[in-house]
Parts: sequence; structure tokens; C-alpha cells
Amino acid sequence: MPLVIFIIQLNNTSKSRNVQLPKCPTGIQGLDEITGGGLPKGRPTLVCGSAGCGKTLLGMEFLVRGATEYGEPGVFISFEETVEELTQNVTSLGWDLEQLVAEKKLAIDCLYIEPSEIQETGEYDLEGIFIRIGYAIDSIGAKRVVLDTIEVLFSGLSNTGIVRAELRRLFRWLKTKGVTAIITGERGDNSLTRQGIEEYVSDCVIRLDQRIYEELSTRRLQIFKYRGSQHGSNEYPFLIEENGISVLPITSIGLNHSVSSDRISCGIPRLDAMLGGQGYFRGSSVLVTGMAGTGKSTIAAAFAAATCQRGEKCLYLAFEEAPQQILRNMRSIGMDLEPYIQQELLQIQALRPTAHGLEVHLVQIHRSLSYFQPTTVIIDPISNLTLTGSPLQIKAFFMRLIDYLKSQQVTVLMNNLISGGSSLENTEIGISSLMDTWLEVRVIESNGERNRILQLIKSRGMEHSNQVREFRLTSQGIELVDVYLGQNKVLTGTARAIQELADKQASLRRQQQVANRRRELEQQRQVIQAQIATLQMQMEAEKTELDHLNQEESLEKAGFLQDQERIAQLRRAD
Amino acid sequence: MVNEKPSEENQLMDQESDNLMANLEQAIADLEQQPYCLRLYIAGTTPRSTRALQRIKSICETYLQGRYELEVIDVYQSSEQMHLDNIVAIPTLIKQLPLPLQRMVGDLSDTEKVLFGLDIVPK
Repeated sequence: MPLVIFIIQLNNTSKSRNVQLPKCPTGIQGLDEITGGGLPKGRPTLVCGSAGCGKTLLGMEFLVRGATEYGEPGVFISFEETVEELTQNVTSLGWDLEQLVAEKKLAIDCLYIEPSEIQETGEYDLEGIFIRIGYAIDSIGAKRVVLDTIEVLFSGLSNTGIVRAELRRLFRWLKTKGVTAIITGERGDNSLTRQGIEEYVSDCVIRLDQRIYEELSTRRLQIFKYRGSQHGSNEYPFLIEENGISVLPITSIGLNHSVSSDRISCGIPRLDAMLGGQGYFRGSSVLVTGMAGTGKSTIAAAFAAATCQRGEKCLYLAFEEAPQQILRNMRSIGMDLEPYIQQELLQIQALRPTAHGLEVHLVQIHRSLSYFQPTTVIIDPISNLTLTGSPLQIKAFFMRLIDYLKSQQVTVLMNNLISGGSSLENTEIGISSLMDTWLEVRVIESNGERNRILQLIKSRGMEHSNQVREFRLTSQGIELVDVYLGQNKVLTGTARAIQELADKQASLRRQQQVANRRRELEQQRQVIQAQIATLQMQMEAEKTELDHLNQEESLEKAGFLQDQERIAQLRRAD
Repeated sequence: MVNEKPSEENQLMDQESDNLMANLEQAIADLEQQPYCLRLYIAGTTPRSTRALQRIKSICETYLQGRYELEVIDVYQSSEQMHLDNIVAIPTLIKQLPLPLQRMVGDLSDTEKVLFGLDIVPK
């Protein structure tokens, strides 16, 4: 908030300190947020802008929302279009004016002035307008009035002095009636309005603008002045959508969103394991960077499938591929997303990044979020959005988007295509600092093939793996494989397989060698044992022989003695 | 014989123009005799409204005596009719008949303009 506005505000509210100016909510998406609650209650507000800015629509939405959402009937005074034209114009937005008129929630009066039919023959006043507005207000008890476009009076009536005096009186009269009024005015060359009616409506001035930057047109809204109230002073982009105006407050989002410690699976079990075993934090932002063809979309699709499996909703914003193409491609790796689309859990929105400006993209994403209520959002890829704005705008865009998603507890996964050769730690958009988890998919080219590897560069608030994994896409799905680590090298793909094979062979060879050696030793042992047996047998034999000899010897000895005795007997020796 | 033909034609043409002239004179005479249907919107008794009422009455009496009908509508009393005639400025005088429809805003103080607007040729 600029200081100047703060000072002005102090001066204006010095009498009623801390008492907020009563406000009248418009019900227009985002406008109440930047005006701090709505338009000044009971006072006129000037909405000015060039043709085709959406002034009439803003006025009409103010009345329709008032009648349907806030129980405040409204009066639409048209100076340009007829009731039929007005009714038809807003039918496409789903507003049934005839119904509202029938229910006495809305009154429409057309005051058209045909200059060719009118002769001015003296002094007059515009009491007719007063009476008709007063009548319309009283007939339905209106609290809101829109005058569109009152400046037409200046072209219809030549006496501008009278018209000016009457307008001044009209705005004062509207204040005394206590109605909250919107007065639209065509933008002038040097002033806010062609006839300078901003002089009379001094409480609140809203300026609408349509600008073209690089062939992309963006409508913008600015609170030019808001007496007695704090307001956003920036230019806010707005969109005219299927259900009315949607203003995008950019800077109103702070950093005070609540944080979840709930964890959700990323759809790849092995990657969950790398992320502390449980996956991403709910409401965190995940960035997947990589060069072309590294499998970023597949990681995104796996996350989408995991979200839908839990029965939660996922919004897939495809900026490159058509939904059918995504479905086909994912089917080729065994991932069928079709049932989730049928169950309305998955919504794929494909649109060209250059179809709108960044602001419009942002508004549309906001709208899809509030409409579809997803718990995860996938943006694939964000890099294409860089085509549509300056680097500063893009960074601001992502900052706002991520902040908004975080405040809504929506987990976002963004793919970013990085050009080859750039340093890894540098994303094109410079948003890596905004992200909580950063996955890097890289391609290693060696030995005539390309292999994908995946690593976690960062993951805030969780213990995560520092390991590089080989990332393979097979017809059964995604596989994360340990890479070959050893001898100071990392090998993937075929090289890894070859190396693993070589390792296996080497170990086999080693085993065989050991077995051979063992066999040899065994044989040797057996030989020795055989030798031992032979020797023993020999020893036995020798022992037997020895016994024999001993026996013989003793026998011989005994025989000799006997013989001697016998001989002695024979000799009769004495 | 040779001259007769053109003279016949001339006669015919003269007759035609005479007829035309007669018709025109008749039309002007009719116009002068045409009934006037006027409607004046005023807002209560404001000076401007009273002034306008007085003026139109005197103009009618002077130029349209006996062949005019003046309806005075107070916008405070009848706002329905005001919507139908799409009244913005007060006072407003509407010349409904003779056609074409003509609107005059103001207190009718510019008599010349009023007479012009009412297709009354001042005598």
C-alpha cells in the first residue's frame, strides 16, 4: 500500500477513527477483495472506460448479484440499450433478467434520447429522469442503481449547462435516496470521462481498460479513487467469463497460509521411498525439470493417477498436448487415465499458452480451481508460458499462482522444460526458489544410447535420498533402478547391464576357480590318504614278517636246545 | 398536323400541373384545417411548468383555434404515461398529430421555434 493513500485515508477518517466506511458488496469475484468489501454504500461510484471494456456488464452484474445473493433489489437505467437488448446480452451469462423483473428484484428503464426529434424551446430541467428513477426505486424498494451511460444526455441535449447542473443535482439526490449507485462513463481523451462527470462523482472511481501486449489483449481494472477507504491501487486484470466478471487480486495474497504435514504418494513407489518413504507434502509445490523427452509428463501423469486412486480430484493443465494424446501416451506405459476422467476425478484442460495473456491464464486457473475443487494441480509444462510475457511478469505470475495454490492446500506439480546445455541449478523462469520439492530428470548419453536418471535436488522439510536412480519407462510402468556404482563411475542402461553381466561372469569365474582348487586339494588329500594306507599296509606286512621271524627264531632256538639235549642224550655225555 | 401533336402534349402537361397545383393548395388548406393533438408534460406547479402551460395555451388560441386538443399531464401524478412517451426533460411538448411526431423541451419561451416545431406557418 503506497504511503500517499495511507495519508489521504488518515485525513478522511480522522473524524471516525477505526470505523470502516459502510460498504456494499458487489458480489463480483475479486472486486470486493480489492475494494476491501465493496463499493461505498449509499454513494455513487463512477465506472469509466473505453468502449467494449465491460462497463455495462459490471453494472449489470452488480445488480444481479445484489438481487440474487444479497437480497438487495436494483434498478438499471439504460440510456443506450433497450430492455430486450440488455436481456439478450446477459442471457449467455446465465442471468434471467425477465425472471428477476417478475420477482420484483430488478427494474429496468430505458431512457433514450433522439436528438433529431427534440427541439429546445427554452429552459427545462431533467425532472423526468428523477421521477422515473424514483418511481423505479420505490416500486421494488431498490438499494442499488446503475445509470448506463448517462453521458448520452450530452449528445441528446444541446444545453450542456442545464445537463451539468441536473447531473450534479441527480448525484446528490441519489445520495439522499441512500442507494448505492454505479454510473458508467465513456473514457475521454485527456480525462477519465468524455464529459468530465468524474467532477460530480467523487466518492469512488473505477477505471476499466483494455490493453494489448504482444497481440494478447487483457482487460484491467483499477480503483482510481476511493474516498474514505483503503483499497488496492494496482491495475488488476479481469476477465469476462461464462458467469460474469472475474477480477484477479494479485497482491492481496499474503504468506500466512496454513501448512499441512500430511503426506501424499507421488505415484511411483520407489520415488516415495526417496522422499522419506511417504511422498510429497500435501499443499507443497513440486518442480520437475528436464530436457525434452526425459519423462517429465510421465512423472506428472503418475502423480495424477495416484491422486485419483485416493479418490481425490486432479486438474491437469496441458499446454503442449491434447488430452487424447496424453491418454494414449500414458496407456503405452501401462497407465490408464481414462477411467478417472469418466469418474470425474481427473480433468485435463488443454490450451495453447498463447491463447491468452498470463493474467487471463491465471484467472482461468483460479476459476477452474474454485469450480472443480481439485486437491492437486499439474501444469505441463510451465516453460511454454514464457512465450506470453516478460520475465518479470512470468515470475510474478508463478509467485501468485503458487501462493494461491498453497493457500488452498492444493499440491501443484509443474514441469519445466529446460534447454540442453544450461546449468542444472538454473531454471528458465527462476522459480526454483519458490518450489518445495525439485526433481531433476536428466539424460546421460554414452555408448550409443540415452538413459534417464532421476535425482532429488531438494525437498524441503523431509529426509530425502541423495542417490541417483535410473528412471526407466517400461510397458509395465515406471521403474526406478539403482544405477551401477563402483570404480568411480556411474553406469546406466545397457552399460549398466553389461557391467553387471561382466561382474557376474567375474564372480562366476572366481567361484569356478575356487571349486577347482578345492577339488584339487581334495584329490591330493585322497592321494595322500591312499599313500598312508599303502604304507600302513606295508608296515603291517613288515610287522607280520617280523613276528614270523621272531617266531621262527624262538622255534629255532627251542629246537636247537631240544636237539642239543637229544644229541647229548645220544652221546650219553655226562 | 405537325404542330398539333406537341400542342396536345402541352395541353396535357398544363392540365397535369394544374392538377398538381390544385392538390398542393388543397393539401395546404387541409393542413391549415388539420386538427392538432398535443400533449404537454409538466411537473406540478413549478414556474417553468406554469410558464410553458400559459405559452402553449396562448399559441393554440392564436393559431389553432377550434381545432386543437391539448392534454396536460403532471408527471408527479402519472408516471405510467411518462414511460410510454419516454419523457426525460420537463416540460416537454409532444405534437402527436399531425404527423410527424415532434418533441419540444423547455418552457416554450422561444415562440419561433415552437411554431416551427408545430408546423404552423405564422400569418
